[in-house]
Amino acid sequence: MSEGITTACYIVASILFILSLGGLSDQEKARRGNIYGIMGMLLAVGATLFNASVGNYGIIITVVIIGAVIGAILAARVKMTAMPELVAMLHSFVGLAAVLVGFATFLDESHAYTGAEKTIHEVEIFLGILIGAVTFTGSVVAFGKLSGKIGGAPLLLPARHLLNLLILIACIVLGWMFVNSGGSASMTPLIIMTILALLFGIHMVAAIGGADMPVVISMLNSYSGWAAAATGFMLSNDLLIVTGALVGSSGAILSIIMCRAMNRKFLSVILGGFGTKKSSASAGGSADQGEALAISGEETADLLKSSKSLVIVPGYGMAVAQAQQSVAAMTQKLRDQGVNVRFAIHPVAGRMPGHMNVLLAEAKLPYDIVLEMDEINDDFPDTDVVMVIGANDIVNPSAEDEPDSPIAGMPVLQVWNAKDVIVLKRSMATGYAGVENPLFFKDNTRMLFGDAKASIDSVSQGLG
Amino acid sequence: MNIGIPKELRPGEKRVAGSPKLLEKLKKLGFEISVESGAGAEANISDQDWIDAGASIVESADELWQQSDIIIKVNPPHDDEAGHLTKGKTLISFFWPAQNESLMKTIASQGANVLSMDCVPRISRAQKLDALSSMANIAGYRAVIEAGNNFGHFFTGQITAAGKVPPAKVLVIGAGVAGLSAIGCASSLGAIVRAFDTRPEVADQVKSMGGEFIYPDIEEDGAGEGGYAKVMSKEFIEAEMALFAEQAKEIDIIITTALIPGKPAPKLITAEMVQSMKAGSVIVDLAAEQGGNCELTEKDKLVKKHGVTLVGYTDFPSRMSGQASHLYANNIGHLFDELCPEKNGKIELNFEDEVIRGTTVIKEGEITWPAPAPKLSAAPPAEKKEAVIPPVTEPEKSGKRSGSLLGILIVAVLILGVGSVAPEKFMGHFTVFVLACFVGWQVIWNVTAALHTPLMSVTNAISSIIVLGALLQVGNSSGIIVVLASVAILITTINIFGGFLVTHRMLDMFRKD
Repeated sequence: MSEGITTACYIVASILFILSLGGLSDQEKARRGNIYGIMGMLLAVGATLFNASVGNYGIIITVVIIGAVIGAILAARVKMTAMPELVAMLHSFVGLAAVLVGFATFLDESHAYTGAEKTIHEVEIFLGILIGAVTFTGSVVAFGKLSGKIGGAPLLLPARHLLNLLILIACIVLGWMFVNSGGSASMTPLIIMTILALLFGIHMVAAIGGADMPVVISMLNSYSGWAAAATGFMLSNDLLIVTGALVGSSGAILSIIMCRAMNRKFLSVILGGFGTKKSSASAGGSADQGEALAISGEETADLLKSSKSLVIVPGYGMAVAQAQQSVAAMTQKLRDQGVNVRFAIHPVAGRMPGHMNVLLAEAKLPYDIVLEMDEINDDFPDTDVVMVIGANDIVNPSAEDEPDSPIAGMPVLQVWNAKDVIVLKRSMATGYAGVENPLFFKDNTRMLFGDAKASIDSVSQGLG
Repeated sequence: MNIGIPKELRPGEKRVAGSPKLLEKLKKLGFEISVESGAGAEANISDQDWIDAGASIVESADELWQQSDIIIKVNPPHDDEAGHLTKGKTLISFFWPAQNESLMKTIASQGANVLSMDCVPRISRAQKLDALSSMANIAGYRAVIEAGNNFGHFFTGQITAAGKVPPAKVLVIGAGVAGLSAIGCASSLGAIVRAFDTRPEVADQVKSMGGEFIYPDIEEDGAGEGGYAKVMSKEFIEAEMALFAEQAKEIDIIITTALIPGKPAPKLITAEMVQSMKAGSVIVDLAAEQGGNCELTEKDKLVKKHGVTLVGYTDFPSRMSGQASHLYANNIGHLFDELCPEKNGKIELNFEDEVIRGTTVIKEGEITWPAPAPKLSAAPPAEKKEAVIPPVTEPEKSGKRSGSLLGILIVAVLILGVGSVAPEKFMGHFTVFVLACFVGWQVIWNVTAALHTPLMSVTNAISSIIVLGALLQVGNSSGIIVVLASVAILITTINIFGGFLVTHRMLDMFRKD
């Protein structure tokens, strides 16, 4: 196949990828979007396979079959509550692939470059491996944190900022050495840089705590895109560049959305250590909070029966308790009884962007009753009952009332404006941010303690 | 231990210090309960109801007092009853130790324990056993009902075929528990409700109950210790009286609830004000017990003066005996949670517990009243309020704007810098890269938040386009490159298949109603 036709296929594939992402703008078109993505990938890979320089088809076929089987099994088996883990793991694969392809390109001496082209080519290799390595280990640590294999608390090494700075400087120096030393001598700085980048990835994500995971995941998503783009530069392949740039900006936008939803600066999330500065307000304010009033599942059911509108606010606790099916069953019962049930999703609820939507969709809840924060926040004063299921910081009024609070300024769901608020919670422990939640002590708040799934089931039972 | 619930002896008292629900709870905590025959009759709880809830019925009061270790009552004990309170026995009731000093001394000399439900400390943790609040809530509600009973008009405004009916105007003075309850009840009946309190910070609570907060044009905070009101300055009282005088002319129903602990009720409604009211208006004086907020109120009586009906009853909770008994029993139940943490059927007067400490008036014959002031106040201290400033967002925004402008400049300079040194071939790729970033930026903002997870999984799949690089390398002659490329193909294939399939699975789940 001629270069021209290959390039033409790549152009079509790029367009298909853009359409694929554009399709996700609403739920109706989304399925078609995914099909576009698959078509684009098939076209790109197909066109490449006919390229003259591709050989060893036996290996390709074997490896692709193995990979396809593993991928299909992963996709079919993963629980929706474990989506963040899966996504983190897949990110790490992109990162690792970028490193591998980078090294292979470096070792491949069939293309000879000279002058500025050589320098640029080497810088591309260097950057591709750097970004890939950071993405790889960062994602592995994120996977570990999300799946609970590693503790979720931020690891705060002393002088960690200095450490990061040193690694950055070392990488620049190593890059300079790599470009300026010729032949096999340049292998050493490349390997040292790779190790440093791997360590940097670990350190970076280890310093970020559990509830900042939505940002981290989006950020790693972005990195995996940039890694692909860098590989594209390295191979002079425009399709890789386009795709990488698309994915990179997608991840960047998600990171921005997540940061806005937490009123946090992107940089401060990346640098880690949330809540390390002592807050005088939470120390002083929490002392006279008083006691939260408990309510039983049965009483909750009675309350719901006599109400006209219910808004459910799910959080990570719902995912942990795998309570989405129970929530759906309860919702169905209530809707049959004429209660207007809706869901309010905070952008950072859960551990990755859109996590709650997926869980609710899995439980077959129609997406048109699942609303975003901005769509529903004004409706709370007219709402009879709000049920908060395993969420904490995203419904914390001190984000609005206490300027000294660590979460001050974060947009929150104003559930306390509703007539009654029922909070499902395991215990009175504070949320991730370590901030007391005055919501629990409000006069119109009742606490339904216990495992979210068991609690919801008992409410369902009470509904008859 | 045995718990006894006697019949109340006070004339006209219809409440009983228990409910079948309380009995069930106490049984679970391990207590045996006896109830005097007919104790709940006035509150519509029959002897059979008690038996069904697991109590035994005792015919005579004497027998009940003798066999019980713990006696639960509503009112302070009668002298005869007090005689039974010997060593080892515990009385739980409203006791009003300040008013009943001699009774307190008598019981102390007999060596019994007394827990007084009116001495529950005013801290948030103790709210659920605050029987005074429960009773005040009922009093406020009933005050509106009594007012309505004596008021010859609708509460709510109506447009009828026969003509328009204006809504009743209700003024509630004192927005404590009783006042707020009255505001809520009156506004839900459709009246226009105005409310006054010396503590301006209750304005929000008044609004939340459907009332309009009125306040004289003068600065003074009336919040005293423990969330109660304090005595105000002369200027303030004058201003507030002027406000009432002005309101009285147009108000149909006045409900007064103003009390200052340990002092006679302040006289807020003068005879002239009553005179200035429309004929047929009603004043319900919830402070009648302490002398009344209105000069013309007569305690325990319903009188009509200057055409205005004045309700001076002091037994509002007893007039709703069923509700009052139910809530009082719940308060008692919560007290037992504190008294019997082990759930072993025994009570323990643990003075480390602030709630028990405050409530206990006599412990084993020793008078422990008054308890030291609680450390925590029910209302947050006032200075905290001043610290609440809305988060400043303006400067940040302008900062962002100049920041983004700066960003564009930096990017432009960087691109120029790259362009000045890079070869043409690179710039071609670079053009593609920058445009793709731009396209991505435009497209992704349109993605709905609900689909962010599928977005991530699909971008994951397509970023594995890196596979192309590996495919081109796998045909290389160098063994090590082939290995590297093969591994890369393997993991990217996992990624491609996993990513697309899981996206498909997720998108299939989104359905419309």
